[in-house]
Amino acid sequence: MSEKTIERPTTDEAAIAKEIEAEEKAAARQASLLRDGWADLRKRPMFIVTSLIILVLLALAIAPSLFTARSPFSDGFCQLQNSMTGPSSGHLFGYDVQGCDIYTRTVYGTRNSIVVGVVTTTATTLIGGLVGMLAGLIGGWADALLSRITEVFAGLPLIIGGLLIMSIWGGGDVWSVSFIMAILGWPQVYRIMRGEVIANKYNDYVTAARALGAGSWRIAFRHILPNTLAPVIVITTMNLGVYISAEAALSYLGIGIQYPNISWGVMISDAQDRFLTSPHALMFPAGALSITVLAFIMLGDVVRDAFDPKMR
Amino acid sequence: MTIIDPTDAVPAQRPGDHENTGPLLEVRDLHVEFQTREGVVKAVNGVNYTVNSGETLAVLGESGSGKSVTAQAIMGILDMPPARIPQGEIRFYGKDMLTMGAEERRKLRGARIAMIFQDALSSLNPVLSVGFQLGEMFRVHQGMSRKAAKAKSIELMDRVKIPAAAARVNDYPHQFSGGMRQRIMIAMALALEPDLIIADEPTTALDVTVQAQVMDLLAELQREYRMGLILITHDLGVVADVADKIAVMYAGRIVETAPVHELYKRPAHPYTRGLLDSIPRLDQKGQELYAIKGLPPNLLKVPAGCAFNPRCDKAQDICRTEFPPLVPVTEADGTELPGRASACHFWKETIHG
Amino acid sequence: MADPTKADEPKDATPNVSDVEVAEVHSEEEAVAALDANVERGEPILQVRNLVKHFPLTQGIVIKRQIGAVKAVDGISFDLHQGETLGIVGESGCGKSTVAKLLMSLETATAGEVFYKGQDITRLSGRALKAVRRNIQMIFQDPYTSLNPRMTVGDIIGEPFDIHPEVAPKGDRRRKVKDLLDVVGLNPEYINRYPHQFSGGQRQRIGIARGLALNPEIIICDEPVSALDVSVQAQVINLMARLQDEFNLSYIFIAHDLSIVRHISDRVGVMYLGKMAEVGTDEQIYEYPTHPYTQALLSAVPVPDPEARERRDRIILTGDVPSPANPPSGCRFRTRCWKAQDKCAQEEPLLAIPERFKGSDTPAAHESACHFAEVKDVVHAA
Repeated sequence: MSEKTIERPTTDEAAIAKEIEAEEKAAARQASLLRDGWADLRKRPMFIVTSLIILVLLALAIAPSLFTARSPFSDGFCQLQNSMTGPSSGHLFGYDVQGCDIYTRTVYGTRNSIVVGVVTTTATTLIGGLVGMLAGLIGGWADALLSRITEVFAGLPLIIGGLLIMSIWGGGDVWSVSFIMAILGWPQVYRIMRGEVIANKYNDYVTAARALGAGSWRIAFRHILPNTLAPVIVITTMNLGVYISAEAALSYLGIGIQYPNISWGVMISDAQDRFLTSPHALMFPAGALSITVLAFIMLGDVVRDAFDPKMR
Repeated sequence: MTIIDPTDAVPAQRPGDHENTGPLLEVRDLHVEFQTREGVVKAVNGVNYTVNSGETLAVLGESGSGKSVTAQAIMGILDMPPARIPQGEIRFYGKDMLTMGAEERRKLRGARIAMIFQDALSSLNPVLSVGFQLGEMFRVHQGMSRKAAKAKSIELMDRVKIPAAAARVNDYPHQFSGGMRQRIMIAMALALEPDLIIADEPTTALDVTVQAQVMDLLAELQREYRMGLILITHDLGVVADVADKIAVMYAGRIVETAPVHELYKRPAHPYTRGLLDSIPRLDQKGQELYAIKGLPPNLLKVPAGCAFNPRCDKAQDICRTEFPPLVPVTEADGTELPGRASACHFWKETIHG
Repeated sequence: MADPTKADEPKDATPNVSDVEVAEVHSEEEAVAALDANVERGEPILQVRNLVKHFPLTQGIVIKRQIGAVKAVDGISFDLHQGETLGIVGESGCGKSTVAKLLMSLETATAGEVFYKGQDITRLSGRALKAVRRNIQMIFQDPYTSLNPRMTVGDIIGEPFDIHPEVAPKGDRRRKVKDLLDVVGLNPEYINRYPHQFSGGQRQRIGIARGLALNPEIIICDEPVSALDVSVQAQVINLMARLQDEFNLSYIFIAHDLSIVRHISDRVGVMYLGKMAEVGTDEQIYEYPTHPYTQALLSAVPVPDPEARERRDRIILTGDVPSPANPPSGCRFRTRCWKAQDKCAQEEPLLAIPERFKGSDTPAAHESACHFAEVKDVVHAA
């Protein structure tokens, strides 16, 4: 990067237009911090492996019928005479206690897991991010008040909160489970967002913007928000896995998704009594759950390594 | 001082005790590189210098010149990886520290070679009293009792002229001002009466009036204890007072060495001359300041030939192709100038022209 | 500089401060319009009067109780004349950076006024304040934190135009930004790069370009080169000097490096613990300092010439700067001063031309807040 002085740009409009166009192209190639992170990510084998797994999971969630010819909701899907039959050709995962095909149920269970993960994570990120940003930006009494309110939600244990809301609200589908977890989960994002906003609020470039006469909106959205995103992206990725496993835990305990909806947690719960005689009924849904949760958490891990400059 | 086992290869006596052979510290052809995402950063590319007992060597350079990395390599506190020392020797009393066992090296650190950092506040533990931190040196290295160590701490704080040492020994670092904290750092470095102290920008974070106090203290203690002192700095003014000789670094190499008075009077490298000329002088008021053009080099892509060539007024074709070694500098008539050397193809023109 | 004949008048024997002509404004429109007034070269453009900033020290979380105050700036007055550079030097904690923030209206003053073209900007808000911000800009110390890492250079330098759209029409902005890059000596093609792709010196140039964008009249520079490498400092100083001529700027140059301040300043103020200790032209301060603190400060400056240094008579102060939360009574410097007497503890010395030099035309006749002011040439002392 040499600091040569070049002649002032000419007034020739066409030349300038051309120059601008060339620059715009160049801009696409220029690296920003986010793009640096992305370039770094693409080179990591762990990122490629986890992304492939997640792509397969997404395909399973969006179009389960592509992966299995049977439908768990059709009549005669479950035949009691097949109860607890082990894996065989045509029924690779075997049958559960009701005589339902475990492979088909596992495939269809993917959607619920992914939907719960995505919905809960989106909700926690939006609520926590927004409230956290407000608290950090306004500070003072607003911050104190919002932080106390947050502590109430954060202090409620997931299971007790889940039981409480279930008993009031009934439910047992994807949405009610997501709702419970979002209500109890947003304080985590709130804390990160609030901390990041406060850390960035006193940076010199914010002072510089104030010195230029910038208003509060500009300072919030142009200067502070973009600089808080990286840690929020990281926690969001990790949370996907965390919420999927939390859904399974709630469903296992009978306060999450309930019959007739399919959930890996419910499948695990149903199979646990007969684990010693027919372990396949438990191993396949549990395996699917482990792979999914691991994929998201490991993705979060590599994303953090790529985006956190301190890890470099 | 007999902390080190007497059978050890590094002599346990202080150099002043009897006629000792060879220099205290000798750095030979030291290379340090860092593995980064963008490639290999060559931070130090063949540095040579020696320090004798009772001598002060000032290492002068800008950020990225490799002056601090060299010091960290000597202390053995580089993070490896990402850092790597592909070649070179660091001899302490003739024994290469780079081939030494980890335990042997650890025993030298603190006891025989100590370091003073720029930022005293972050170098001190905020939750321990300064007396405890000073005393730790004695407890760990010499196995002293708590009480004796505390007495020693007070004595040391007196040595570095902290007022009311006995009353302040139980205070915490944040209760001291910047200058006082730097004194505590000096006291810690002095605690075990090391043979060599490396001071990395010891006064940069301090105010001018406090800088002078701390520099004077450091110089006084160094004379008293006959230690070797390596003073790392970017400030031409600070070193003028206390250094015996100066090594100027640029892009990981030493480009000029000279006794302190000589360097300021007649620099033999265009970079040194540029640095001296760019200091505002009274008779230049209102004129443009002399400025070295361009930017410090990117260590991923050090220019071919002389690393300074893109910024040098005197650069010729040879500077862009041929690397200038550090050669002895002489008077115009060939008289030797002891201690002087320059890594410039045109040193003659620079010093005599 | 004020009229030298004025120095003989007993009423206001201070060349440092002049009478303030307060502008008569009755509405925001008038206030904004008054800010467009032209100030002749050498006339006061910024007049600071008895400026005070105390940061309260409080105890308790719910019910806050004030237990004291950090007196960061404790009553200072000075003028900045159009086209000149006023240097402000002092050690850390003397309040010089707080002065910068007060002049920028980034902090609210506890008391005192800052008159810009006759209007007290500490009382302005809304449109009038925004108009003032167009004319007074700032350059920050740390080029690594003062640029938003998520914005391109083009966006950073162009942001002033987004905030003050009346300055440049939309279609013209990109070209203006490129012009500015060129003016500060950067390649205009760097417009799409991000700050982390530049070195410290280049980043500081970007900061300067942002400061210039709105065509301000005053630029407040808070330690603009102290974070830069020695070889790059001179480049930036030269750039700033060139821009001052080219754009007819007035600078307030805050720094702790006395040699750089002397090089760039027409007048210099020395601050100690929230007060001005001495004010004068660069020659008066550096060659004929009369305040003991200035003398000590000058004698402590590291000089890159070992022989001159050995010849010099050095004053090494004992102790540290006292806490601004609890400054000494009387003269604030007395705790470290070798001349201190009882009078210094009881009576606060005012910033004025010392009695003994009054009326004489020696360079020593400049304002100094010391009861025992006398000239001591510490720079050349043999």
